Amino acid sequence: MTGPELDDVAHQAADDAMLAILVKRAEFRGDSRFTTWAYKFVILEVSAKLGRHYWRNPPVRLDAEQWNRLPDRLGLDPHQHAEAACIVAEIRRVVDTELTAHQRRVFTAIVVDGIPLNALAVKLDLQRNAIYKVIFDARRKIRRALVAGGYLDEPGVGQR
Amino acid sequence: MNEHEILERFVRTDPRDVGCDEAIAVLHVYVDMVAAGQDATDRYPGVAAHLAACGPCGEDFAGLLAAVKSQQDET
Repeated sequence: MTGPELDDVAHQAADDAMLAILVKRAEFRGDSRFTTWAYKFVILEVSAKLGRHYWRNPPVRLDAEQWNRLPDRLGLDPHQHAEAACIVAEIRRVVDTELTAHQRRVFTAIVVDGIPLNALAVKLDLQRNAIYKVIFDARRKIRRALVAGGYLDEPGVGQR
Repeated sequence: MNEHEILERFVRTDPRDVGCDEAIAVLHVYVDMVAAGQDATDRYPGVAAHLAACGPCGEDFAGLLAAVKSQQDET
């Protein structure tokens, strides 16, 4: 995003942040500098605006091929193609068979298709935290399956 | 980074992670501490864990910190 489009989003974010600050100013408790507290609303408005802006011109995707690109997205060594393919196949199996439909939809959108989290939150009309929690839980399930399948050796952080 | 490390990073979750809502609720306090050189991670370990794992919240943290530091530079 550049030029007038960027300026437009910036001005909208500034206007909406100012409104939020005026509405919430009684909630300021003095536990930070006032300017830091106020800047936070600007940052959050910019994030929200960018999430909505994504859908104005989303990149064209060929869904069937997105899984094949996952090794690159993960940074797996292309020279170890066979092992990478096995790992991705196992992740895909877990996604297809062990995640709930909602977890599968969110995980595939974020991790496989690369849709920004804020943009997906806009599309699904969910809060950012709700999307994050789904991904968090999906990762735990996938990790358990990868440990069980011998792809990861031992439980690590997150096995609660 | 080998295959196992990449995979571990991909599926890693931190039980201290407080989630987006709690992290954003104290983000201004956290940022002020970081900007002042205080140990925000020690006071808010769950927030630190979240900011390290959540891309959007991590970006918000970086953006807010940059704004605060920019203001510090001007004064």
